[in-house]
Amino acid sequence: MREDIRTIVAYYDSDPENLISILQEIQEQNGYISQEAVKILAEELNHPESRIYGVATFYTQFKFQKPGEHMIRVCLGTACHVKGAEGLLEVLEHELGISAGGTTPDGKLSLESVVCMGCCAVGPVMVVDEEIYGKMTPEKIRAVVSRYRSSKPPAPKTSSPGGEDA
Amino acid sequence: MSKEQFSFHKLLEEARRNWVELHEKDGVLYIGTASCGKAAGASKVIEAVEKYKVETGRDLQVVEVGCIGMCGFEPMVYVQAHGIPPVVYGGLAPRDIPALLDDILVRKQYESEHLLGVLGEEAREIPALSDHPMMTTQERIILPNCGIIDPTSIEHYIANGGYEGLRKALQMDPLEVIEEVKKSGLRGRGGAGFPTGLKWQFTRQAEGEGKYVICNADEGDPGAFMDRSTLEGDPHKVLEGMIIAAYAIGATSGYIYLRAEYPLAIKRFREATRKAEEAGFLGESIMGSNFHFQVSVKEFRVLVKEGAGAFVCGEETALIASIMGKRGMPRPKPPYPAQSGVHGKPTVINNVKTLATIPVIMSRGSSWFSTIGTKKSPGTAVFALTGKIANSGLIEVPMGTTLRKIIYEIGGGIPDRKKFKAVQTGGPSGGCLPASQLDLPVNYEELAKAGSIMGSGGMVVMDEDSCMVDIARYFLSFTQEESCGKCPPCRIGTKRMLDILTGIKNGEGTEDDLAMLEELAPLIKNASLCGLGQTAPNPVLTTLQYFRHEYEAHIHQKRCPAHSCRAFISYRIDSDACIGCGLCKKHCPVNAISGRKGTTHVIDQEACVRCGMCLSYCPVKGKAVEKVDRKEVEA
Repeated sequence: MREDIRTIVAYYDSDPENLISILQEIQEQNGYISQEAVKILAEELNHPESRIYGVATFYTQFKFQKPGEHMIRVCLGTACHVKGAEGLLEVLEHELGISAGGTTPDGKLSLESVVCMGCCAVGPVMVVDEEIYGKMTPEKIRAVVSRYRSSKPPAPKTSSPGGEDA
Repeated sequence: MSKEQFSFHKLLEEARRNWVELHEKDGVLYIGTASCGKAAGASKVIEAVEKYKVETGRDLQVVEVGCIGMCGFEPMVYVQAHGIPPVVYGGLAPRDIPALLDDILVRKQYESEHLLGVLGEEAREIPALSDHPMMTTQERIILPNCGIIDPTSIEHYIANGGYEGLRKALQMDPLEVIEEVKKSGLRGRGGAGFPTGLKWQFTRQAEGEGKYVICNADEGDPGAFMDRSTLEGDPHKVLEGMIIAAYAIGATSGYIYLRAEYPLAIKRFREATRKAEEAGFLGESIMGSNFHFQVSVKEFRVLVKEGAGAFVCGEETALIASIMGKRGMPRPKPPYPAQSGVHGKPTVINNVKTLATIPVIMSRGSSWFSTIGTKKSPGTAVFALTGKIANSGLIEVPMGTTLRKIIYEIGGGIPDRKKFKAVQTGGPSGGCLPASQLDLPVNYEELAKAGSIMGSGGMVVMDEDSCMVDIARYFLSFTQEESCGKCPPCRIGTKRMLDILTGIKNGEGTEDDLAMLEELAPLIKNASLCGLGQTAPNPVLTTLQYFRHEYEAHIHQKRCPAHSCRAFISYRIDSDACIGCGLCKKHCPVNAISGRKGTTHVIDQEACVRCGMCLSYCPVKGKAVEKVDRKEVEA
């Protein structure tokens, strides 16, 4: 991990101003920001751990616990809310047996709510990993969930800093 | 790029030639693959097309375009082939493709339930797409390329007038450019409506080298996706606006602050900056001129900074803090970013739509621009029309268009024969307007007078099934969550308002609660540090102003007129319709349903928590579970 973090920090000129981008790369690689990662980053960037946590915890994008294989996001934006998104979230919580913010015990599926994916016209919207599902209903939700439940684990991520467009 | 190497004229000629060639080709399918299209299944439609190509051996080219704004009709495909008019289809599923393409390409038959119109003029009795009720009264000056060009192609952009605005600007003195923008009367499209030309002038005049241009693409308002669509469908337009802004104010660097929830927009914009630099529109010696944004040896680069999930970062000082790698917490103003922004340098921050309007103003002139819209609010407004509306999507209308026209003519009215109740504009900072306000002409002043704001363009329509207390509470829970926590009026004030609204929703409301809300609101508005806190009470204020009877029903009659709030509704199984399948019993989280298989099931009202799971799982057509007033069941 130290090597990877070192590479990321170097790519961003070892500049604390790029802290958010650096954290995004670390999360992209590992799925979340671990305690170990923060410790190493503090050393490599020469920036206090407390400051790093101060920034990381401010933004909802950053996770501090290992997420499931697949991340299910339910949109609770205004348009989706008006179309009954709250009820759909409850259906999901019921189906998965966890509340929003959690991960199923078998580590397969994580659930979280987001406010606005920007696909309002096709709401209510649910996103699993990068796939967007629009016009969701309880029936559709069950169909999508069972598909992911029986899927194989995805290949581990390998990416260089800057993302695919670097 | 040096003057000798760069020739706009040559680029334009070649771009036009290729554009015409593409549009004369036999067998081209243009498919919308912006996020809305993808969410509706456009990728699978493309797969079906590829499959069709292989199976029939037909030579077809697929061009991926952005979103034309008829999002409710996605996935959309335009078919271009010799001997047929350019027909547009919507709401396609992959299985529709083989038969549809055979009909069009082989039998030259276009009639289909999916036919929306033709591009261009009406042809062979098929109406033009531009005459579709959703499109016909629109005036598209920010969005015309969206859904028409391939957003990854700089050539398409140039062929359709792209970079002409920059070319003209570079022939003028920067101060003349600022004057032109001032004369146009353009006001910031992020929501506050500050005159753009004036903002540029202040930044130009401010002291300090190394100025910045920032595009605010945080688009945090839930229910808004105008900026996303523009960036996905026509990223070069926004980029061109940034370059012109930089030239006008004398900036050396630029940032676009793009929220991380928009990965496709990020991808498209990055591609656009790369292609623009290759072609000579960005970087050193722009368009062969002396303009290369360098006071030192640094070239003008536009850096993409991804947001990380914080609504407050749409506020300019919080945005700047976030760009500098800090917590996105606002600071007091003055100094305004025009004087002191990124690294303490003069900075112009403009919304995506504002920047997208600039190239059009430069190429067509400020006089032309000021003929559109109203005197105080010239130009157009882009709205994301969503919620309980028949034609959901992105529209662009001249300022001054009435809400009634937008909702009933363009939007097609309320579906399922329901009644209109309210329209919400301005996101969490805005307000809910009732039917009595439908003839309001949309512009900055009128919306403010009615108690709402223009905002960035979100417009959510609600019908009789929406509870306005619930809506107010929904917005408060959002702003409360997103409050950065720095100042007590916002941090504690929004929490108190939220608690009160939650209490009313749960059946614990009292008359004192309304008095408290009305006392807290102006306090929070006046004492909060930034726009988030200053506008957080707006949804409460407008719902109290226009829908007070709903609050009173909750408090005094213990009733929710919209049958939405759980404390005031009950679920009941219709014994005539129930088939005894037992699904409701199986899924009831509190085991409140009893009944043997094949016999009518019954809900124990004492145990029921009114989650609605029984209703959602009931397989009977028309549902055997009904939602009623709690009092009906308790009587």
